[in-house]
Amino acid sequence: MIVANGKPLEEIFDLVKDHRKILVAGCNECVTVCEVGGTKEVGILASALRLHFLNQGVEAQVGETTLQRQCDREYVVGARETVEPYDIVVSIACGVGCQFMAEEYAKIPVVPGVNTSFMGGALERGVWSERCQGCGTCLLAQTAGICPVSRCAKRVLNGPCGGSTKGKCEISKDVDCAWQLIVDRLKSLGRMDDYETLTPIKDWSTDRAGGPRTRIKEEVVS
Amino acid sequence: MSSTTPSKLEKMLKAGHQAVTSECGPPRGSDAEAIKEKAQLIKNHVDAINITDNQTSVTRLCSLASCIHLKLAGLEPILQMVTRDRNRIAMQSDILGAASFDIHNILCLSGDHQSFGDCAAGQNVHDLDSMQLIQTVRHMRDEGKFLGGDEIKRPPSMFVGAAANPFADPFEVRVPRLAKKVAAGVEFIQTQCIFNLDKFERWLGEARDRGLLEKVYVLAGLTPLKSAGMAKYMKNRVPGMDVPDEVVERIAGVPKEKQPEEGVKMCIEAVQRLKEVPGVAGFHIMAIEWEEKVPEIVEGGGLYPRPPLD
Repeated sequence: MIVANGKPLEEIFDLVKDHRKILVAGCNECVTVCEVGGTKEVGILASALRLHFLNQGVEAQVGETTLQRQCDREYVVGARETVEPYDIVVSIACGVGCQFMAEEYAKIPVVPGVNTSFMGGALERGVWSERCQGCGTCLLAQTAGICPVSRCAKRVLNGPCGGSTKGKCEISKDVDCAWQLIVDRLKSLGRMDDYETLTPIKDWSTDRAGGPRTRIKEEVVS
Repeated sequence: MSSTTPSKLEKMLKAGHQAVTSECGPPRGSDAEAIKEKAQLIKNHVDAINITDNQTSVTRLCSLASCIHLKLAGLEPILQMVTRDRNRIAMQSDILGAASFDIHNILCLSGDHQSFGDCAAGQNVHDLDSMQLIQTVRHMRDEGKFLGGDEIKRPPSMFVGAAANPFADPFEVRVPRLAKKVAAGVEFIQTQCIFNLDKFERWLGEARDRGLLEKVYVLAGLTPLKSAGMAKYMKNRVPGMDVPDEVVERIAGVPKEKQPEEGVKMCIEAVQRLKEVPGVAGFHIMAIEWEEKVPEIVEGGGLYPRPPLD
Protein backbone atom coordinates (compact mmCIF):
# COMPACT_ATOMS: atom_id res chain seq x y z
CA MET A 1 0.00 0.00 0.00
CA ILE A 2 0.91 3.66 -0.20
CA VAL A 3 2.26 4.95 3.09
CA ALA A 4 1.96 8.62 4.05
CA ASN A 5 2.80 10.88 7.00
CA GLY A 6 0.71 13.72 8.33
CA LYS A 7 2.06 17.17 7.56
CA PRO A 8 2.85 19.34 10.60
CA LEU A 9 -0.30 21.18 11.71
CA GLU A 10 1.41 24.56 11.42
CA GLU A 11 2.03 23.87 7.73
CA ILE A 12 -1.63 22.97 7.20
CA PHE A 13 -2.78 26.07 9.10
CA ASP A 14 -0.65 28.16 6.80
CA LEU A 15 -2.04 26.45 3.69
CA VAL A 16 -5.65 27.28 4.64
CA LYS A 17 -5.13 30.63 6.34
CA ASP A 18 -6.90 32.68 3.63
CA HIS A 19 -10.02 30.51 3.57
CA ARG A 20 -13.08 30.26 5.81
CA LYS A 21 -14.91 27.24 4.41
CA ILE A 22 -12.59 24.28 4.62
CA LEU A 23 -13.30 20.65 3.81
CA VAL A 24 -11.04 17.95 5.21
CA ALA A 25 -11.26 15.00 2.84
CA GLY A 26 -9.98 11.58 3.81
CA CYS A 27 -9.72 8.34 1.90
CA ASN A 28 -10.84 4.90 3.02
CA GLU A 29 -7.96 3.00 1.45
CA CYS A 30 -4.19 3.01 2.08
CA VAL A 31 -4.12 6.13 4.24
CA THR A 32 -6.76 4.60 6.47
CA VAL A 33 -4.64 1.47 6.86
CA CYS A 34 -1.54 3.49 7.69
CA GLU A 35 -3.63 5.56 10.09
CA VAL A 36 -3.01 8.98 8.62
CA GLY A 37 -5.94 9.82 6.38
CA GLY A 38 -9.07 7.88 7.27
CA THR A 39 -12.31 8.97 8.94
CA LYS A 40 -10.68 9.09 12.37
CA GLU A 41 -7.87 11.35 11.18
CA VAL A 42 -10.31 13.55 9.25
CA GLY A 43 -12.09 14.15 12.57
CA ILE A 44 -8.87 14.91 14.40
CA LEU A 45 -7.58 17.33 11.76
CA ALA A 46 -10.95 19.06 11.47
CA SER A 47 -11.06 19.54 15.26
CA ALA A 48 -7.53 20.93 15.25
CA LEU A 49 -8.47 23.38 12.50
CA ARG A 50 -11.60 24.50 14.36
CA LEU A 51 -9.59 25.03 17.52
CA HIS A 52 -6.95 26.93 15.60
CA PHE A 53 -9.50 29.32 14.06
CA LEU A 54 -11.21 29.73 17.42
CA ASN A 55 -7.90 30.68 19.01
CA GLN A 56 -7.34 33.17 16.20
CA GLY A 57 -10.79 34.66 16.80
CA VAL A 58 -11.74 33.81 13.24
CA GLU A 59 -15.10 32.40 12.25
CA ALA A 60 -14.62 29.44 9.97
CA GLN A 61 -16.55 26.39 8.83
CA VAL A 62 -14.66 23.12 8.77
CA GLY A 63 -16.39 20.18 7.11
CA GLU A 64 -15.51 16.50 7.11
CA THR A 65 -15.77 13.77 4.51
CA THR A 66 -14.09 10.51 3.71
CA LEU A 67 -14.23 9.17 0.18
CA GLN A 68 -14.12 5.48 -0.57
CA ARG A 69 -11.13 6.18 -2.83
CA GLN A 70 -9.75 9.52 -3.89
CA CYS A 71 -7.70 7.80 -6.60
CA ASP A 72 -10.80 6.72 -8.42
CA ARG A 73 -12.65 9.28 -10.54
CA GLU A 74 -16.03 7.66 -9.89
CA TYR A 75 -15.84 8.39 -6.14
CA VAL A 76 -14.27 11.81 -6.61
CA VAL A 77 -17.06 12.93 -8.96
CA GLY A 78 -19.61 11.41 -6.61
CA ALA A 79 -18.49 13.78 -3.86
CA ARG A 80 -19.45 16.89 -5.85
CA GLU A 81 -22.33 17.96 -3.62
CA THR A 82 -20.18 17.60 -0.54
CA VAL A 83 -17.17 19.39 -1.99
CA GLU A 84 -18.59 22.34 -3.89
CA PRO A 85 -19.93 24.36 -0.93
CA TYR A 86 -16.34 24.72 0.35
CA ASP A 87 -13.67 27.11 -0.80
CA ILE A 88 -10.68 24.84 -0.11
CA VAL A 89 -10.12 21.10 0.32
CA VAL A 90 -7.40 19.64 2.52
CA SER A 91 -6.91 16.18 1.10
CA ILE A 92 -5.39 13.71 3.50
CA ALA A 93 -5.33 10.99 0.86
CA CYS A 94 -2.00 10.23 -0.82
CA GLY A 95 -0.61 12.46 -3.54
CA VAL A 96 -2.60 10.51 -6.12
CA GLY A 97 -5.90 11.18 -4.38
CA CYS A 98 -5.01 14.82 -3.82
CA GLN A 99 -4.30 15.23 -7.54
CA PHE A 100 -7.47 13.44 -8.62
CA MET A 101 -9.46 15.82 -6.42
CA ALA A 102 -7.64 18.82 -7.88
CA GLU A 103 -8.24 17.59 -11.43
CA GLU A 104 -11.96 17.21 -10.83
CA TYR A 105 -12.58 20.45 -8.93
CA ALA A 106 -10.86 23.00 -11.14
CA LYS A 107 -12.18 26.06 -9.25
CA ILE A 108 -11.50 24.87 -5.72
CA PRO A 109 -7.95 24.77 -4.35
CA VAL A 110 -7.00 21.31 -3.14
CA VAL A 111 -3.99 21.13 -0.80
CA PRO A 112 -2.28 18.12 0.72
CA GLY A 113 -2.54 17.42 4.43
CA VAL A 114 -0.07 14.56 4.28
CA ASN A 115 3.34 13.84 2.81
CA THR A 116 3.14 10.72 0.65
CA SER A 117 6.14 8.56 1.41
CA PHE A 118 6.45 5.14 -0.17
CA MET A 119 4.96 1.80 -1.10
CA GLY A 120 5.35 -0.56 1.79
CA GLY A 121 3.79 -2.82 4.32
CA ALA A 122 3.12 -2.96 8.05
CA LEU A 123 5.79 -4.70 10.09
CA GLU A 124 3.63 -4.26 13.16
CA ARG A 125 0.99 -1.80 14.31
CA GLY A 126 2.40 1.66 13.70
CA VAL A 127 5.51 0.53 11.83
CA TRP A 128 5.61 0.56 8.03
CA SER A 129 8.52 -0.35 5.83
CA GLU A 130 9.30 0.38 2.19
CA ARG A 131 9.25 -2.59 -0.16
CA CYS A 132 8.77 -1.33 -3.72
CA GLN A 133 9.62 1.66 -5.89
CA GLY A 134 7.48 0.65 -8.84
CA CYS A 135 10.43 0.42 -11.25
CA GLY A 136 8.25 -1.45 -13.71
CA THR A 137 10.52 -4.47 -14.21
CA CYS A 138 10.51 -6.68 -11.16
CA LEU A 139 13.80 -8.31 -10.14
CA LEU A 140 12.50 -10.23 -7.15
CA ALA A 141 12.91 -13.63 -8.82
CA GLN A 142 16.64 -12.99 -9.21
CA THR A 143 17.15 -11.53 -5.76
CA ALA A 144 15.44 -14.17 -3.65
CA GLY A 145 12.36 -12.07 -3.08
CA ILE A 146 14.14 -9.04 -1.58
CA CYS A 147 14.17 -5.86 -3.65
CA PRO A 148 17.54 -4.12 -3.97
CA VAL A 149 15.95 -1.20 -5.85
CA SER A 150 13.80 -0.17 -2.91
CA ARG A 151 15.84 -1.57 -0.01
CA CYS A 152 19.47 -0.81 -0.85
CA ALA A 153 20.38 2.85 -0.25
CA LYS A 154 22.52 2.75 -3.40
CA ARG A 155 20.17 0.58 -5.47
CA VAL A 156 23.16 -1.72 -6.00
CA LEU A 157 22.03 -4.60 -8.19
CA ASN A 158 25.18 -6.65 -7.64
CA GLY A 159 25.81 -6.11 -3.98
CA PRO A 160 26.57 -5.82 -1.19
CA CYS A 161 28.70 -2.70 -1.38
CA GLY A 162 31.73 -2.32 0.84
CA GLY A 163 29.77 -0.50 3.52
CA SER A 164 27.74 -3.46 4.79
CA THR A 165 28.55 -4.02 8.45
CA LYS A 166 27.04 -6.65 10.71
CA GLY A 167 24.01 -6.92 8.47
CA LYS A 168 23.34 -3.20 8.50
CA CYS A 169 23.58 -0.52 5.81
CA GLU A 170 26.35 2.07 5.89
CA ILE A 171 23.81 4.87 6.18
CA SER A 172 22.37 3.69 9.50
CA LYS A 173 22.51 0.90 12.04
CA ASP A 174 18.71 0.93 11.90
CA VAL A 175 18.61 -0.03 8.23
CA ASP A 176 19.07 -3.64 7.17
CA CYS A 177 21.59 -4.27 4.39
CA ALA A 178 19.34 -5.51 1.58
CA TRP A 179 22.17 -7.62 0.20
CA GLN A 180 22.79 -9.27 3.56
CA LEU A 181 19.09 -10.22 3.50
CA ILE A 182 19.41 -11.47 -0.08
CA VAL A 183 22.48 -13.55 0.74
CA ASP A 184 20.85 -14.98 3.87
CA ARG A 185 17.76 -15.94 1.91
CA LEU A 186 19.74 -17.37 -1.02
CA LYS A 187 21.56 -19.48 1.55
CA SER A 188 18.37 -20.71 3.17
CA LEU A 189 16.99 -21.57 -0.26
CA GLY A 190 20.18 -23.43 -1.16
CA ARG A 191 20.74 -21.01 -4.04
CA MET A 192 24.09 -19.42 -3.18
CA ASP A 193 25.42 -20.30 -6.64
CA ASP A 194 22.93 -17.80 -8.04
CA TYR A 195 24.71 -15.03 -6.17
CA GLU A 196 27.46 -15.03 -8.77
CA THR A 197 25.12 -14.39 -11.68
CA LEU A 198 25.71 -10.81 -12.75
CA THR A 199 22.59 -8.73 -12.83
CA PRO A 200 22.79 -6.92 -16.17
CA ILE A 201 22.57 -3.17 -16.63
CA LYS A 202 18.96 -2.33 -15.86
CA ASP A 203 16.52 -0.87 -18.33
CA TRP A 204 15.11 2.02 -16.31
CA SER A 205 12.73 3.09 -19.06
CA THR A 206 9.93 1.29 -17.23
CA ASP A 207 10.80 3.29 -14.09
CA ARG A 208 9.80 6.92 -13.70
CA ALA A 209 12.91 7.65 -15.77
CA GLY A 210 10.79 6.74 -18.78
CA GLY A 211 8.36 9.56 -17.99
CA PRO A 212 4.87 9.38 -16.47
CA ARG A 213 3.46 5.92 -16.96
CA THR A 214 0.01 4.84 -18.07
CA ARG A 215 -1.20 1.28 -18.02
CA ILE A 216 -4.03 0.24 -20.27
CA LYS A 217 -5.77 -3.09 -19.90
CA GLU A 218 -7.43 -3.26 -23.28
CA GLU A 219 -10.05 -5.86 -22.42
CA VAL A 220 -11.60 -3.79 -19.66
CA VAL A 221 -11.44 -0.38 -21.36
CA SER A 222 -14.99 0.49 -22.37
CA MET B 1 44.91 -11.00 -18.42
CA SER B 2 45.18 -10.66 -22.15
CA SER B 3 44.43 -7.02 -22.80
CA THR B 4 47.19 -4.57 -23.30
CA THR B 5 46.60 -0.90 -22.87
CA PRO B 6 49.21 1.85 -22.74
CA SER B 7 48.81 1.85 -18.95
CA LYS B 8 52.10 1.95 -17.11
CA LEU B 9 50.42 0.25 -14.18
CA GLU B 10 49.34 -2.62 -16.40
CA LYS B 11 52.83 -2.94 -17.87
CA MET B 12 54.37 -3.02 -14.40
CA LEU B 13 52.04 -5.78 -13.27
CA LYS B 14 52.40 -7.75 -16.50
CA ALA B 15 56.16 -7.59 -16.13
CA GLY B 16 55.73 -9.38 -12.82
CA HIS B 17 56.74 -6.47 -10.62
CA GLN B 18 54.81 -5.66 -7.48
CA ALA B 19 53.18 -2.37 -8.37
CA VAL B 20 52.81 0.59 -6.06
CA THR B 21 49.93 3.01 -6.30
CA SER B 22 48.84 5.77 -4.00
CA GLU B 23 46.07 8.29 -3.98
CA CYS B 24 45.52 12.00 -3.72
CA GLY B 25 42.31 13.67 -2.66
CA PRO B 26 41.48 16.77 -4.73
CA PRO B 27 41.03 20.13 -2.99
CA ARG B 28 37.74 21.76 -2.06
CA GLY B 29 38.35 24.58 -4.46
CA SER B 30 39.54 25.26 -7.94
CA ASP B 31 43.23 25.73 -7.20
CA ALA B 32 44.91 22.61 -8.59
CA GLU B 33 48.33 23.45 -7.12
CA ALA B 34 47.59 21.45 -3.97
CA ILE B 35 47.04 18.24 -5.86
CA LYS B 36 50.03 18.79 -8.10
CA GLU B 37 52.20 19.35 -5.04
CA LYS B 38 50.90 16.19 -3.35
CA ALA B 39 51.60 14.20 -6.50
CA GLN B 40 55.13 15.60 -6.75
CA LEU B 41 55.84 14.33 -3.23
CA ILE B 42 55.17 10.75 -4.25
CA LYS B 43 55.81 10.57 -7.98
CA ASN B 44 59.16 8.80 -7.79
CA HIS B 45 57.87 6.20 -5.39
CA VAL B 46 54.68 5.08 -7.11
CA ASP B 47 53.68 3.80 -10.53
CA ALA B 48 50.31 5.47 -10.67
CA ILE B 49 48.19 7.82 -8.57
CA ASN B 50 44.48 7.44 -7.88
CA ILE B 51 42.42 10.58 -7.79
CA THR B 52 39.45 10.12 -5.54
CA ASP B 53 35.99 11.06 -6.78
CA ASN B 54 34.26 13.28 -4.23
CA GLN B 55 35.27 10.85 -1.50
CA THR B 56 32.98 10.49 1.51
CA SER B 57 30.46 12.32 -0.70
CA VAL B 58 32.04 15.71 0.00
CA THR B 59 32.08 17.98 -3.05
CA ARG B 60 35.59 18.57 -4.37
CA LEU B 61 37.49 19.44 -7.54
CA CYS B 62 36.45 16.68 -9.93
CA SER B 63 38.49 13.55 -10.37
CA LEU B 64 38.67 13.92 -14.14
CA ALA B 65 40.09 17.46 -14.08
CA SER B 66 42.53 16.47 -11.34
CA CYS B 67 43.68 13.50 -13.40
CA ILE B 68 44.26 15.80 -16.35
CA HIS B 69 46.45 18.05 -14.18
CA LEU B 70 48.54 15.01 -13.22
CA LYS B 71 48.71 13.77 -16.78
CA LEU B 72 49.88 17.16 -18.02
CA ALA B 73 52.55 17.09 -15.31
CA GLY B 74 53.81 13.80 -16.73
CA LEU B 75 52.37 11.51 -14.06
CA GLU B 76 50.17 8.44 -14.44
CA PRO B 77 46.68 8.98 -13.03
CA ILE B 78 44.02 6.44 -12.12
CA LEU B 79 40.60 8.00 -12.63
CA GLN B 80 38.29 6.99 -9.81
CA MET B 81 34.68 7.03 -10.90
CA VAL B 82 31.71 6.51 -8.62
CA THR B 83 28.28 5.60 -9.95
CA ARG B 84 26.58 7.69 -7.26
CA ASP B 85 26.58 10.96 -9.16
CA ARG B 86 26.27 10.19 -12.86
CA ASN B 87 23.99 8.24 -15.13
CA ARG B 88 25.28 6.10 -17.97
CA ILE B 89 25.39 9.01 -20.40
CA ALA B 90 27.55 11.11 -18.08
CA MET B 91 29.82 8.19 -17.22
CA GLN B 92 30.46 7.20 -20.82
CA SER B 93 31.03 10.85 -21.64
CA ASP B 94 33.54 11.30 -18.80
CA ILE B 95 35.30 8.08 -19.83
CA LEU B 96 35.73 9.52 -23.33
CA GLY B 97 36.88 12.81 -21.83
CA ALA B 98 39.54 10.98 -19.83
CA ALA B 99 40.52 8.92 -22.86
CA SER B 100 40.92 12.11 -24.89
CA PHE B 101 43.73 13.07 -22.49
CA ASP B 102 45.17 9.54 -22.71
CA ILE B 103 44.24 8.62 -19.18
CA HIS B 104 44.69 4.88 -19.22
CA ASN B 105 43.46 3.67 -15.82
CA ILE B 106 40.03 3.73 -14.25
CA LEU B 107 38.76 2.50 -10.90
CA CYS B 108 35.05 1.68 -10.89
CA LEU B 109 33.23 2.28 -7.60
CA SER B 110 29.72 2.75 -6.32
CA GLY B 111 30.79 5.53 -3.93
CA ASP B 112 29.91 6.36 -0.36
CA HIS B 113 26.27 7.23 0.24
CA GLN B 114 25.63 10.96 -0.07
CA SER B 115 24.28 11.12 3.49
CA PHE B 116 27.91 11.20 4.71
CA GLY B 117 28.84 14.30 2.79
CA ASP B 118 28.12 17.97 2.39
CA CYS B 119 25.00 17.40 0.29
CA ALA B 120 23.09 14.93 2.42
CA ALA B 121 19.81 16.24 0.99
CA GLY B 122 20.90 15.49 -2.57
CA GLN B 123 19.68 12.79 -4.92
CA ASN B 124 21.89 9.90 -5.81
CA VAL B 125 21.85 8.37 -9.24
CA HIS B 126 23.15 4.78 -9.21
CA ASP B 127 21.91 4.17 -12.73
CA LEU B 128 24.67 1.53 -12.82
CA ASP B 129 26.46 -0.21 -9.99
CA SER B 130 30.23 -0.69 -9.81
CA MET B 131 30.12 -4.05 -11.59
CA GLN B 132 28.03 -2.65 -14.38
CA LEU B 133 30.48 0.25 -14.71
CA ILE B 134 33.30 -2.29 -15.09
CA GLN B 135 31.25 -3.94 -17.85
CA THR B 136 30.62 -0.56 -19.44
CA VAL B 137 34.31 0.38 -19.67
CA ARG B 138 35.22 -3.06 -20.97
CA HIS B 139 32.45 -2.84 -23.56
CA MET B 140 33.57 0.60 -24.69
CA ARG B 141 37.20 -0.49 -24.86
CA ASP B 142 36.91 -4.03 -26.21
CA GLU B 143 33.92 -3.69 -28.51
CA GLY B 144 34.59 -0.07 -29.37
CA LYS B 145 30.93 0.65 -28.80
CA PHE B 146 28.69 2.69 -26.59
CA LEU B 147 26.15 0.92 -24.38
CA GLY B 148 23.54 2.02 -26.91
CA GLY B 149 25.34 0.05 -29.61
CA ASP B 150 26.83 2.85 -31.68
CA GLU B 151 30.46 2.76 -32.65
CA ILE B 152 32.99 4.87 -30.77
CA LYS B 153 35.52 6.72 -32.86
CA ARG B 154 38.82 6.20 -31.02
CA PRO B 155 37.57 4.04 -28.12
CA PRO B 156 39.07 4.43 -24.66
CA SER B 157 42.11 2.32 -23.91
CA MET B 158 41.90 1.84 -20.17
CA PHE B 159 43.16 -0.67 -17.65
CA VAL B 160 40.06 -1.43 -15.61
CA GLY B 161 40.12 -1.63 -11.85
CA ALA B 162 37.75 -1.85 -8.93
CA ALA B 163 37.86 -2.00 -5.18
CA ALA B 164 37.34 -5.00 -2.96
CA ASN B 165 36.69 -4.97 0.72
CA PRO B 166 37.75 -8.28 2.25
CA PHE B 167 36.34 -7.12 5.59
CA ALA B 168 32.79 -6.01 4.80
CA ASP B 169 29.92 -8.28 5.66
CA PRO B 170 28.80 -10.88 4.90
CA PHE B 171 32.27 -12.47 4.81
CA GLU B 172 31.08 -15.55 2.91
CA VAL B 173 30.36 -13.48 -0.20
CA ARG B 174 33.67 -11.63 -0.14
CA VAL B 175 35.39 -14.10 -2.48
CA PRO B 176 32.27 -14.77 -4.60
CA ARG B 177 31.94 -11.01 -4.92
CA LEU B 178 35.49 -10.78 -6.23
CA ALA B 179 34.60 -13.58 -8.65
CA LYS B 180 31.64 -11.54 -9.78
CA LYS B 181 33.84 -8.51 -10.44
CA VAL B 182 36.25 -10.73 -12.36
CA ALA B 183 33.33 -12.04 -14.42
CA ALA B 184 32.34 -8.42 -15.07
CA GLY B 185 35.81 -7.87 -16.52
CA VAL B 186 37.87 -6.21 -13.83
CA GLU B 187 41.64 -6.40 -14.36
CA PHE B 188 43.05 -4.99 -11.13
CA ILE B 189 41.76 -4.66 -7.61
CA GLN B 190 42.77 -2.23 -4.91
CA THR B 191 41.56 -3.41 -1.53
CA GLN B 192 40.09 -1.55 1.40
CA CYS B 193 42.68 -0.58 4.07
CA ILE B 194 44.05 -3.76 5.61
CA PHE B 195 44.58 -3.74 9.36
CA ASN B 196 43.50 -7.33 9.94
CA LEU B 197 46.30 -9.02 7.98
CA ASP B 198 45.23 -12.55 8.93
CA LYS B 199 41.76 -12.02 7.55
CA PHE B 200 43.16 -10.46 4.35
CA GLU B 201 45.45 -13.45 3.85
CA ARG B 202 42.52 -15.81 4.35
CA TRP B 203 40.50 -13.93 1.75
CA LEU B 204 43.38 -13.84 -0.72
CA GLY B 205 44.05 -17.54 -0.15
CA GLU B 206 40.45 -18.39 -0.97
CA ALA B 207 40.61 -16.17 -4.07
CA ARG B 208 43.80 -17.95 -5.12
CA ASP B 209 42.20 -21.37 -4.57
CA ARG B 210 39.36 -20.37 -6.86
CA GLY B 211 41.84 -19.38 -9.56
CA LEU B 212 40.81 -15.75 -9.46
CA LEU B 213 44.33 -14.43 -9.04
CA GLU B 214 45.18 -15.75 -12.49
CA LYS B 215 42.59 -13.34 -13.83
CA VAL B 216 43.03 -10.23 -11.71
CA TYR B 217 45.89 -8.40 -10.02
CA VAL B 218 45.24 -7.66 -6.36
CA LEU B 219 46.92 -4.63 -4.83
CA ALA B 220 46.83 -4.69 -1.04
CA GLY B 221 45.46 -1.44 0.37
CA LEU B 222 47.32 0.06 3.31
CA THR B 223 46.83 3.19 5.37
CA PRO B 224 49.36 4.44 7.92
CA LEU B 225 47.68 5.31 11.21
CA LYS B 226 48.51 8.76 12.55
CA SER B 227 47.27 8.21 16.08
CA ALA B 228 45.39 5.94 18.44
CA GLY B 229 42.42 8.26 17.95
CA MET B 230 42.44 7.59 14.21
CA ALA B 231 42.67 3.83 14.84
CA LYS B 232 39.68 3.98 17.16
CA TYR B 233 37.73 6.15 14.76
CA MET B 234 38.36 3.71 11.91
CA LYS B 235 37.49 0.76 14.11
CA ASN B 236 34.24 2.18 15.40
CA ARG B 237 32.98 4.69 12.90
CA VAL B 238 34.04 3.79 9.38
CA PRO B 239 31.64 1.33 7.76
CA GLY B 240 33.16 -1.93 6.56
CA MET B 241 36.50 -1.38 8.35
CA ASP B 242 38.17 -4.09 10.44
CA VAL B 243 40.75 -2.75 12.90
CA PRO B 244 41.67 -5.48 15.40
CA ASP B 245 42.07 -4.60 19.08
CA GLU B 246 45.80 -5.41 19.03
CA VAL B 247 46.35 -2.76 16.35
CA VAL B 248 44.58 -0.13 18.46
CA GLU B 249 46.41 -1.28 21.59
CA ARG B 250 49.81 -1.17 19.90
CA ILE B 251 49.49 2.42 18.71
CA ALA B 252 47.79 3.50 21.93
CA GLY B 253 50.67 1.92 23.83
CA VAL B 254 53.22 4.52 22.72
CA PRO B 255 53.29 8.16 23.81
CA LYS B 256 51.13 10.47 21.74
CA GLU B 257 54.04 12.23 20.04
CA LYS B 258 55.48 8.91 18.94
CA GLN B 259 52.21 7.55 17.55
CA PRO B 260 52.65 8.84 13.97
CA GLU B 261 56.07 7.18 13.82
CA GLU B 262 54.59 3.95 15.20
CA GLY B 263 51.78 4.10 12.62
CA VAL B 264 54.27 4.37 9.76
CA LYS B 265 56.32 1.55 11.27
CA MET B 266 53.24 -0.67 11.44
CA CYS B 267 52.44 0.14 7.83
CA ILE B 268 55.98 -0.76 6.72
CA GLU B 269 55.78 -4.04 8.63
CA ALA B 270 52.51 -4.80 6.84
CA VAL B 271 54.19 -4.20 3.46
CA GLN B 272 57.11 -6.42 4.45
CA ARG B 273 54.79 -9.23 5.51
CA LEU B 274 52.31 -9.00 2.67
CA LYS B 275 54.87 -8.72 -0.13
CA GLU B 276 55.85 -12.31 0.64
CA VAL B 277 52.24 -13.52 0.34
CA PRO B 278 51.64 -15.30 -2.98
CA GLY B 279 49.11 -13.39 -5.02
CA VAL B 280 49.87 -9.92 -3.68
CA ALA B 281 50.49 -8.13 -6.96
CA GLY B 282 51.33 -4.82 -5.36
CA PHE B 283 50.31 -2.18 -2.88
CA HIS B 284 47.91 0.69 -2.82
CA ILE B 285 49.00 3.13 -0.15
CA MET B 286 46.26 5.44 1.00
CA ALA B 287 48.02 7.97 3.20
CA ILE B 288 45.00 10.14 3.79
CA GLU B 289 46.29 13.75 3.75
CA TRP B 290 49.70 12.41 4.75
CA GLU B 291 51.24 11.89 1.32
CA GLU B 292 54.70 12.92 2.53
CA LYS B 293 54.96 9.60 4.36
CA VAL B 294 54.44 7.50 1.22
CA PRO B 295 58.13 7.55 0.17
CA GLU B 296 59.20 6.38 3.63
CA ILE B 297 56.68 3.50 3.54
CA VAL B 298 57.65 2.48 0.01
CA GLU B 299 61.36 2.58 0.86
CA GLY B 300 60.89 0.89 4.23
CA GLY B 301 58.84 -1.82 2.60
CA GLY B 302 61.64 -2.58 0.15
CA LEU B 303 59.65 -1.43 -2.89
CA TYR B 304 62.11 1.29 -3.92
CA PRO B 305 63.52 2.11 -6.38
CA ARG B 306 60.65 1.38 -8.68
CA PRO B 307 61.69 -1.07 -11.37
CA PRO B 308 62.26 0.44 -14.80
CA LEU B 309 59.96 -0.50 -17.66
CA ASP B 310 61.15 -1.15 -21.19
